[in-house]
Amino acid sequence: MTKMGEGQGTSSTGSAPPGQLSRQRLLHLYRVMATIRRFEEVACQLLVDGKIPATLHASIGQEAVAAGVCEALEPADLIVTNHRGHGHCIAKGVDLKAMMAELMGKASGTNRGRGGSMHIADPAQGILGANGIVGGGIPIAVGAAYACRARESGQIVVCFFGDGAANEGGCHEAMNLASLWELPILFVCENNQYAEMTPQRVHTRVKDLSVRAGAYDMPGASVDGNDVVAVYAAVEAAVRRARAGGGPMLIECKTFRVRGHFEGDPQRYKTAEEVARWKEKDPLTLLKTSLTGPGGIPAGELEAIQQEIESAVREAVAFAEAAPLPSPDEVLTHVYAGA
Amino acid sequence: MSVMTYREALNMALREEMQRDPRVFLIGEEIGVYDGAYKVTQGLLKEFGERRVVDTPICESGFTGLAVGAAMVGLRPVVEMMTFNFAILALDQIVNSAAKMYYMSGGQYNVPMVIRGPGGPAHQLAAQHSQSMEVYFYHVPGLKVVRPSTPPDAKGLLKSAIRDDNPVIFIEAETLYGIKGEVPDDPEFTIPLGKAEIRREGTDVTVFAYMGMLYRALEAAEELAKAGVSCEVVDPRTLRPMDIETMIGSVRKTHRAVVVEAGAGFAGMGSEIAAFVTENAFDDLDAPVERVTGANAPMPYAKNLEQAKTPSKEKIIAAIRRVCHA
Repeated sequence: MTKMGEGQGTSSTGSAPPGQLSRQRLLHLYRVMATIRRFEEVACQLLVDGKIPATLHASIGQEAVAAGVCEALEPADLIVTNHRGHGHCIAKGVDLKAMMAELMGKASGTNRGRGGSMHIADPAQGILGANGIVGGGIPIAVGAAYACRARESGQIVVCFFGDGAANEGGCHEAMNLASLWELPILFVCENNQYAEMTPQRVHTRVKDLSVRAGAYDMPGASVDGNDVVAVYAAVEAAVRRARAGGGPMLIECKTFRVRGHFEGDPQRYKTAEEVARWKEKDPLTLLKTSLTGPGGIPAGELEAIQQEIESAVREAVAFAEAAPLPSPDEVLTHVYAGA
Repeated sequence: MSVMTYREALNMALREEMQRDPRVFLIGEEIGVYDGAYKVTQGLLKEFGERRVVDTPICESGFTGLAVGAAMVGLRPVVEMMTFNFAILALDQIVNSAAKMYYMSGGQYNVPMVIRGPGGPAHQLAAQHSQSMEVYFYHVPGLKVVRPSTPPDAKGLLKSAIRDDNPVIFIEAETLYGIKGEVPDDPEFTIPLGKAEIRREGTDVTVFAYMGMLYRALEAAEELAKAGVSCEVVDPRTLRPMDIETMIGSVRKTHRAVVVEAGAGFAGMGSEIAAFVTENAFDDLDAPVERVTGANAPMPYAKNLEQAKTPSKEKIIAAIRRVCHA
């Protein structure tokens, strides 16, 4: 990765040699990514079936970012995520049953039915919470990093946000503060090509969002966000640097939002050509091909993992469906702490 | 007890709480090297260092959001808004994150932080720098809102706000920083949030007022006493949660109520107090609740227009006379 800020453009790490990660870890990454994929496919169907209310923001196609980033973190590290955050939470270790129950608005949900899909929070896994306001989580993540440094906890914070949030004023304010005070935070911009329904070329002049790191005198890099090994390699180095007191970094992961902005979005703004092009780069297919290629593992091994995931997701749905609704008597519970 | 200014009382509260709890830190614009735009944080950088008295760039949304995150991870930030007018720039962080985090997370993350600074009508600072800001906040479940009118209240309520486990909006006033009063030296002196104070006892009418309007209401009460009208003046001190018991108790005694507020009247504090007095003490009332409020216009610049916008002692007296038929 190249230090940004000298105007030499952004660097691209490309694909790291697969040898950087053991086969066992690659299989783990496959499991995480396939779990995200299956969880969201099932959740989207439950939405259609009326078992999940309102809408969902699915991250299908972006699984390599969530998995690759969280693979480089310690369990105690913290993440702040956004409205499209199921994948980040799964990769960080949220319980599938509790998250599915939350999506159904149940009392056994991660947030006791108070939050829903856009607000999943789980302190035990270091998930500071998803923020449903685009860009709203970025200053909060910087504050978490401020607290980690003040408490000398050794933790680092990862802030996930999208190409849309990159244009919010709060993003600029937060990056300036993080760099000014050299806080232990990593900004992961998940560029899925669309800010809500608007393509990047329409909303942003620069091609690589990582060039903005230069404005804050912090390093920036753009990586192939569909290549989980490339994501891991970039993040692992940045995490090491942040943990050693080297300060923040901006990593842009270029990926593609396969579904709409929200479930139910007709997506007329996408072209058949781009959908086909990105399908060729599907992160799960890429990893599967690399794992089962010459000298790799037998396809049956992945099939077995897939079956385990199927059971886990089915179990999560059964748990969520059977879980009780919150009691209406508790509508005022948790408005004020200590009340 | 020591006689000190409202400003010094706030400074004392900050110093004592920072000495008491290493998790407390101050963050805002010009609060360190410059000692604060209104000198409330004077001397604290020198005493506690730059990690606990943090000067920021001008970015209200950024540093308020930072405080939310820091509070979620175990610190207790005290944010200074140079003036509360600028808090509107941070409104998303205050309303959507600070206020709701505890609820949205199902009770998993609380946000113990204070956002403090001066707000309210000042002297000829015009529309953007002279307005009552509490209305933007007390509507929001999850926030507590404090308006301290006296030096001892400034100390006691700020200390309680810092010790509270919730986000507390603490709005001071430029026009009160210089007033003096007796303030307890005891570092354990606090005033609980949600407790109103009867500033003057009376029997004919209850007048609710806070901050600058409290002093104007007390002047009106003094003048009316000479005319034989006995006013009880009640200072809510905390606007959310409100001390309904004390406030309704007073109305049950006097059977009449007048609310004075500096801000524009539409959907203001007077509306809320009038509604809950009507709901809780309708049978005790001998007259409709009257509101004396600022005009429903932005604050003008010209001195005479500013006076026309702001509730005067004469308007307060007229309202009290109407409800008392005096």
